[in-house]
Amino acid sequence: MSRAREVVLVLGAAGLVLAIAWFVPWLRFVLTIALAKGLAVLGILLLLRAGQVSFGHALYLAFAAYAAAFGAALVPETLILLPLAALGAALLGLVVGLFVVRYREIFFGMLNLALSMVFYSVLEKFYAITHGTDGIRLPPTTFAGQVLGAEAQGWAMLSLALVLSAFFAWLMRIYLASPLGQALAGIKTREARLEFMGMSARRVLLSAYVLSALMAGTGGAVLGMTTRHVTPALAYWTTSGELVFIAILGGAGSVAGPFLGAIAYELTRVYAAALVADAWQMILGFVLLLVILFAPGGLWAIGRALMGGRRQA
Amino acid sequence: MQAWLSENTLLLGLAALDGLSYAATVFMVAVGLNLVFGVLRILNVAHGSLFAIGGYVAASLGLFITSRGLPAWLSLPALLLAAVLTGALLGPVIERLLLRRVEKQEPVLQLLVTFALFMILEDLQKLLWGVQPVVSDAPVRLLGTVDVPFGADVIPFTAYQLFVVPGVALLTLLGLVWFLRRTLAGRMIVAVTEDREAARAMGIDAARVTLLTFSAGAALAALGGALASPTASLVPGVGAQTIVLSFAVVATAGLGRVEGAAVTALLIGLGRAFAVYFEPELEVVIPYIIMVAVLLIRPQGLFGVPETRRI
Repeated sequence: MSRAREVVLVLGAAGLVLAIAWFVPWLRFVLTIALAKGLAVLGILLLLRAGQVSFGHALYLAFAAYAAAFGAALVPETLILLPLAALGAALLGLVVGLFVVRYREIFFGMLNLALSMVFYSVLEKFYAITHGTDGIRLPPTTFAGQVLGAEAQGWAMLSLALVLSAFFAWLMRIYLASPLGQALAGIKTREARLEFMGMSARRVLLSAYVLSALMAGTGGAVLGMTTRHVTPALAYWTTSGELVFIAILGGAGSVAGPFLGAIAYELTRVYAAALVADAWQMILGFVLLLVILFAPGGLWAIGRALMGGRRQA
Repeated sequence: MQAWLSENTLLLGLAALDGLSYAATVFMVAVGLNLVFGVLRILNVAHGSLFAIGGYVAASLGLFITSRGLPAWLSLPALLLAAVLTGALLGPVIERLLLRRVEKQEPVLQLLVTFALFMILEDLQKLLWGVQPVVSDAPVRLLGTVDVPFGADVIPFTAYQLFVVPGVALLTLLGLVWFLRRTLAGRMIVAVTEDREAARAMGIDAARVTLLTFSAGAALAALGGALASPTASLVPGVGAQTIVLSFAVVATAGLGRVEGAAVTALLIGLGRAFAVYFEPELEVVIPYIIMVAVLLIRPQGLFGVPETRRI
């Protein structure tokens, strides 16, 4: 695909999201949430490139969301608070990463899960500070110095989510094309060979881990500032599972996959939860099975096959 | 310290007894998970759901026995029946229809297949048994309580939790060790675990071994659930809790170690029970803290053997 064509596609997709939000107003909120989760899923995707799956990335999502909630009183400006919260998550990712990059596969997944569950318990039990399962309501923040009404704030957050999504998708493509990104794929194929070439597999994985924490944190901050209410459930393992689910649903082959997957997931969830409240998890399970068994490339690959087919015809 | 000990003897005793029976059920699930992982190289996320389903089936059988006025002692073999039913019905179906189809896929996708299965089974439980807690305490009432002497005091504790649950776990441990080391079928399982290719070259039907192992693992998880069902009420989400905990046990013990799983289950079970009585805030995190602490010092787990590097 040529560069120009890609830019047109990205702008077209962003335009489509804005148009949907304009014509179906209540979907604006859903789409912002979907993009926020898409950002976090992008982080999962990065680690999948190394053949590692984290069952605990909700830790960074929740950390940034809570950081935004606590920081809103001190820094009442969205455009400063959001990067600060995301950087906080990246810093946490560095500390945790130094420990978890020593492990692979199921140990890697489980340690991430364990740490996110520890954070969940901290959020839940320290009622005096975090208000337990009740969660915290975010105080209002200004947007670029302006005090916005609810309507304008909604649009601002959606636009911000779109810009951030495009930025991180672009950043990740550059990262994956760089020598560091190529080495990351080497961890999946055969790590020892990477070491023989004089590269430290741990350091390669650590760089990817910190970047993925940054993306999950950005998603978490957007999520917290959009819902304006954060609860410990954000750190629970089901949230992490949801992120992994979306990564596979969207397809691990492209940076567009996570956003495609997240939007499809959130829309399905909204409608499925309304139609079959008791069985929506079951429906998601069947969808996941169908994707893995019959379309391992996810929605992105299906879409591409459809588009390619039309061009040939 | 001395004063604190004498003040809290009763609580300490209760925690130890609780921890023992809790560790026993956790062991049943973890050892099955371990066995399945060894042969299939898949960490079965749906293993916790099999625990829950085993528990629900046992509770349903128990309630059926009481409602029909059948003799109460029947509720004890009913626990075993529930486990066998769950393992024999669900095990082969899951292995044949799902896991075998993704045998050649990436490990991440295999893991996610079991995750999808977990989501499906969680909702299936809600559809079949509802969201209200299900309890059938016939076995507990049948056996009554025993006064356990503890220092100067006595602790009345249910005989079921004191003898039946740890007893079954101990029998399972000894039986499994004997089975894996002394019988042909067991040694075939060990051979496939060690080296699938070589085992097949020796004429072992790896596909059959896989099917049998998975069903046995499913039955063990279901037996764990059945054993826990008379004392713990079954609610949605119990499967999720169980799988996370038994993952922790398996990772702490090191993958593929049967006796290791027993020791670690005891460690984590007791740790959690003491937390319940003395620092309830820590209850949820204790297993993870133990796991992280162990893996920091021994990355391959307490009893694991470091893998040789493939080049």
